[in-house]
Amino acid sequence: MKFKTFFWFVAPSVFMMLLFIAAPLISVFIQSFQITQPVMQQVEVETCTPGFLTQTCVTETKTVPIIDEATGRTQTTTEWVGFQSYQNVLQMDKFWSAIGSGNWGDILQIDFWKALRFTLMFTLVTLPLVVGVGLMIALAVNNAAKSLRGPVIFVSLLPFIITPVIGSLSIYWLFVGDGILTATLERWTGQDIAMFAQAWTIELLMYFYRVWHVAPFAFVIFYAGLQTVNMDTLESAIIDGANRFERLRYVIVPHLMPLIIFIALIHLMDCYRVFDEIIGFRSQAHVISLQWLTFDFLTPDDAGNRAISRAAASAMLTMVGIVILLILPLRRTWRDHKRGAH
Amino acid sequence: MYLKKLALAGAVSLLGTTAFAACSYENDVPLKSLSAGFEAWKAVTDAMAECGNFQAELDQEFRTKQPAAFEANPSLYHIGGVSNGTITPLLNAETIRPLDDLVAKYGQNLSPNQLIRVDGQIMAVAMMVNTQHLMYREDIFADLGIETPSTWDEVFAAAAKIEEAGVVDHAIGATMKSGWNLAQEFVNMYPGFGGVFFNDDNTTAVNSDAGMKALATMQATLEYTDPEVLVSDSTYVQQQFQQGKIAMANLWASRAGAMNDEAESQVVGKVKMAAAPLAMDGGAPATTLWWDGIVIAANITDEEADAAFRLAMEGLDTEMVQGANEAAIWLVNGYQPGPLAEGAIATATANPAPPAYPSTTQMGLLHTALGNELPAFLTGERDAAATLVAVEEAYTTSAKEAGVLE
Repeated sequence: MKFKTFFWFVAPSVFMMLLFIAAPLISVFIQSFQITQPVMQQVEVETCTPGFLTQTCVTETKTVPIIDEATGRTQTTTEWVGFQSYQNVLQMDKFWSAIGSGNWGDILQIDFWKALRFTLMFTLVTLPLVVGVGLMIALAVNNAAKSLRGPVIFVSLLPFIITPVIGSLSIYWLFVGDGILTATLERWTGQDIAMFAQAWTIELLMYFYRVWHVAPFAFVIFYAGLQTVNMDTLESAIIDGANRFERLRYVIVPHLMPLIIFIALIHLMDCYRVFDEIIGFRSQAHVISLQWLTFDFLTPDDAGNRAISRAAASAMLTMVGIVILLILPLRRTWRDHKRGAH
Repeated sequence: MYLKKLALAGAVSLLGTTAFAACSYENDVPLKSLSAGFEAWKAVTDAMAECGNFQAELDQEFRTKQPAAFEANPSLYHIGGVSNGTITPLLNAETIRPLDDLVAKYGQNLSPNQLIRVDGQIMAVAMMVNTQHLMYREDIFADLGIETPSTWDEVFAAAAKIEEAGVVDHAIGATMKSGWNLAQEFVNMYPGFGGVFFNDDNTTAVNSDAGMKALATMQATLEYTDPEVLVSDSTYVQQQFQQGKIAMANLWASRAGAMNDEAESQVVGKVKMAAAPLAMDGGAPATTLWWDGIVIAANITDEEADAAFRLAMEGLDTEMVQGANEAAIWLVNGYQPGPLAEGAIATATANPAPPAYPSTTQMGLLHTALGNELPAFLTGERDAAATLVAVEEAYTTSAKEAGVLE
């Protein structure tokens, strides 16, 4: 393709990426090193609020922002603070003192490390499960009778179609309090079951939900890949006496390897940003994720304060985390790519 | 056929005019409002809509939108629904206007109690008060011969008896969903033990004896609540009550009406209201007082403000209250306090009275710090002393970032 044609072909998407991905990223990067705050002053204020019948008036010293006469807006100052917001998120001093004193558990008292622990574990536990379950469904469908395949594919794709936050809310409603499934389990086991009362049951539900939700995606990709397996190789393997498992191990899996890497890449990127489950399951008391932490910094409180700088730092740290996770699979793809080119 | 359609159209337009008739004038300035979405706001905005040209947005997440929407010029909404917690950013940014002249013009029916004055200027008009107070199943208490508890110690004693009798799943319900709700439980309990939230230099004073006692009481509650209490918000507790799963709760007065809603509730007429329990002898009820009311945006024309305030007064009139008497503890003329209001009135008129929730920037920051740090204590990951230190540190970090602390 001529360079000019190529340029005009990709220009719109490059422009969009610069505008909607690169520019915000740079802005967040800069904000993570700055703190913008209103200029505050102390004033005596008398406030009268209603009781049921009569008012109570209190006079107190309040700290309020100064309003700029010219613009009518709050006066603000912006300062460069270096890595201070990162330090506020990471709390390295507490981290090292926890390691120094040998109380490793104390590290998980710090929000960021607590969130990192869950996010990493969530990502790494669900990855093999998604690949495994997806491959199993694909093999099952591939071996099913032709007339059954259509309906089976349709049914197995359904979980993937559901909006994530709706899916997680449905699971929450099925299990919370005396939800249908908890009530059934209680009747069955004769025990009082509370799925949302401790961290490990919530985490189990989250793993289950994520695998249920994402496995269909892996399935579709693998199913497409299975259609291109070389039949001659497969037949000669049968003649050589390879059983079902050996054919899977030595013929099918190597053939699907590029697809497995592809799914691993997508899954790592998606899972590291786990968020819907936290909101849907209301698990903040027990389990939080990195993306939720950023969200929490950004949510204004009743007085309108947001921790923008810490949110920016936390978002940058999340991005760094994804990049580190993706290095391994990306290197492998790159090597395969170079080998293929020669 | 054509005639039939015409007749139908005529009937519909007649319906339209009867709806308008409930309003004493016709509003010709397009107006919008943003407020919370609970029952009382629905009643008020419905009454305003009768005058026409009015669009109400009822959204429980209004607090995240309101400051930015009112800062726009022209403001995206003319009328705002606020409480003493959420008026802070609007007052700070001066995006709401003083109402003195408008009150003089249209506010003949307002009582002085309704006028929220900041430094003498009327900045908001309150329509109702709200507070968390004790709701309990009168039938269960009568069966087991338990007196209405007036202190938290008595609450626990009653809870122990109820658990022993096994008449409900859990004796106590609590709005302890981690985050805002859980923090509010502490904000109720802590002043009950005589605690103050801030020192004079804006540092927080929660790391104190009263703080330890408040945490201990909250932990004691857990013994009698649903094990999943850290996900339960006001609506969840309300439903537990309605389904007969709990026997008592320190719940918002604005939820009282739902107990007698025959479409939802299995305990109609069985739930009674009492004052919020005392945390210590001689103290105030362990709760905070709230008001909800309306504000008018600053960044709109004077004509729009005039029309908006006139419309708001139409929404806050006696006729509205008579149609929705049980929806709230109204401050509006014509309200008849019923049995559902007993608890809230007993709480608000107690001596010493509970404090109003403080509308300050620092309180917003502390509320968030409490909401994030308290769960670790209640799940048993951290002890009380370490939790209060963590709250203090979280507050200090965000207060420095917000410019409140040096």
